Amino acid sequence: MAEVSAATLVPEIRTVGVDGMLVSFGSRLSEPANRAALAFRAALAQESWDGVEEVSTSLVSAYVRFDLRHLDHAGLRARLGALLAQRDWYAAELPGQRRLWRIPAVFGTELAPQLPQAAEAAGMTEAEAVASLSAARVRVQTIGFAPGQPYLGELPEAWDIPRQSQLTTRIPEGALAVAIRQLVLFSVAAPTGWMHAGQTAVRLFRPDAQEPFLLRPGDEVQFTPVTPEELQGLRRDPLGGAKAEDLS
Amino acid sequence: MTGTLTVLRAGPGVTVQDLGRPGWLEYGVSRGGAADRQALAEGAALLGQGADLAAVEMAGMGGEFQADSDLRIALTGAPMRAIIDGAAVAWNASHLLPAGARLAIGAAQSGSYGYLHVGGGIQTPEHLGARSAHLAAGIGTLLAEGDGLQTGPDSGRTTGLGLAADDRFEGGTVRVVASLQTALFPEAELKRFEQTAFHRGARGNRMGVALECNGEGFRPEAARTVVSEVITPGDIQVAGDGTPYVLLSECQTTGGYPRIGTVVPSDLPRLAQATAGAALQFRFIALEEAAALEQAEAERRERLRSLCVPLVRDPRTIPNLLSYQLISGAIAGEDDVLEELR
Repeated sequence: MAEVSAATLVPEIRTVGVDGMLVSFGSRLSEPANRAALAFRAALAQESWDGVEEVSTSLVSAYVRFDLRHLDHAGLRARLGALLAQRDWYAAELPGQRRLWRIPAVFGTELAPQLPQAAEAAGMTEAEAVASLSAARVRVQTIGFAPGQPYLGELPEAWDIPRQSQLTTRIPEGALAVAIRQLVLFSVAAPTGWMHAGQTAVRLFRPDAQEPFLLRPGDEVQFTPVTPEELQGLRRDPLGGAKAEDLS
Repeated sequence: MTGTLTVLRAGPGVTVQDLGRPGWLEYGVSRGGAADRQALAEGAALLGQGADLAAVEMAGMGGEFQADSDLRIALTGAPMRAIIDGAAVAWNASHLLPAGARLAIGAAQSGSYGYLHVGGGIQTPEHLGARSAHLAAGIGTLLAEGDGLQTGPDSGRTTGLGLAADDRFEGGTVRVVASLQTALFPEAELKRFEQTAFHRGARGNRMGVALECNGEGFRPEAARTVVSEVITPGDIQVAGDGTPYVLLSECQTTGGYPRIGTVVPSDLPRLAQATAGAALQFRFIALEEAAALEQAEAERRERLRSLCVPLVRDPRTIPNLLSYQLISGAIAGEDDVLEELR
């Protein structure tokens, strides 16, 4: 992924189906576009316009679903345009109530068998790869695909490695997988093209817990290396040893 | 009064469904809810209650049920053969299921998803603000033999109402609007998409269904990679091999495959109900037309109660007419019987 400067980015408003609108801050993932999407989504929530049913973010966009009986497309587009014009969203602060999570992870071993492959693709030794991945403080850029599942970035440039063309048939819950300068922490077992470099014991979605989702968009995450034996001990903890620190 | 509906036997895809759980998209959970939302509205109208109450959704095959107290029920969606204690009862209608009687619901005669509604609604515990099973997200479970479902307090008394049968169970033409990635496809591909005679593929579930055709797959402009974006139910996602998939209520929340368009919400039940092999065709309509259509559909749903009419039967086709007359006035279902005979 090339570095993208905010100066070249222009927000775009598009419709989503019959009852949605999307404000995109870039056509590809970049740090400024992701930051702008998170900030704009927070502003939308604060505005809480009558007729808006739901707001959320994807990697570079903020999405609004609305009730056609209370808002029409032209009216909503005008409001979104006015909100966009209020400030430079690419320069916005990250949303409040963010947390830094430290999550224990085993890198490599039979628990995360693709570490050697991922390290080689990034041009590192295994030890260098572990040092790099555990030093990185990555941000929850978006949560999606499966419940509570974060896309984390952005990793140093060396990690701009492609996804595999052959899917891994099944990667377990809690797996930490790497590609295209991002990490995905899997909330459910799934097939994937991302490389399985680490394994955690964290449960990202607990439907019956007081707080069903561990992570929020904008949270930061750092993975602390542990041994397989230590991880085994952490499996009794639903958080898998994850600890949060308030960033706001 | 509340009661319990016991599952004596269940087909392979029987779940509790309501209008789903909006508001969790940001956390990776799609809204979910009934595959055919129109059927939920119809069941609510037949029982004279809110469309937000939960019902039992039956994919392809019903089951056998028994209530521990008299229970009003309604049957909607894909028509299935329904029998109460040996006597066939009408689909798209409300009935009294007497305490202890057995309600047997068979395979769908057309369409995919049938619904069993109860007076007061199914009141299983809520998860994230809704009762719908969302199996892809790990919320709720398939219903199975021995499950007991709490039913809510029911203030209604009327049964024996019917709604005219709909034609949404056999495929047909489905209206779509251009969506955020439609412009990635060349005009000629969009035209070909509209002209193609599709049939629903064998692969399909509450997450989505494949569209198959005899011609080539559909291609966006060459070498366009798209950043992963929000997905909504009705989106028609074109996979790497060019096969379109229509995403349904239990879809994933984001996706990287380009989407050629979005099925309008009021036609989504027709898509969800199409069985494997059913013929489907797509027609793009302007966004303004789709918005007007949604308004009209919302108004029609509000009027559904007034479209419910007493089941009219030819007395000669009612085998136990004599027993009705004998017990007239002696049971709680009196009104229903009178309406049925009117």
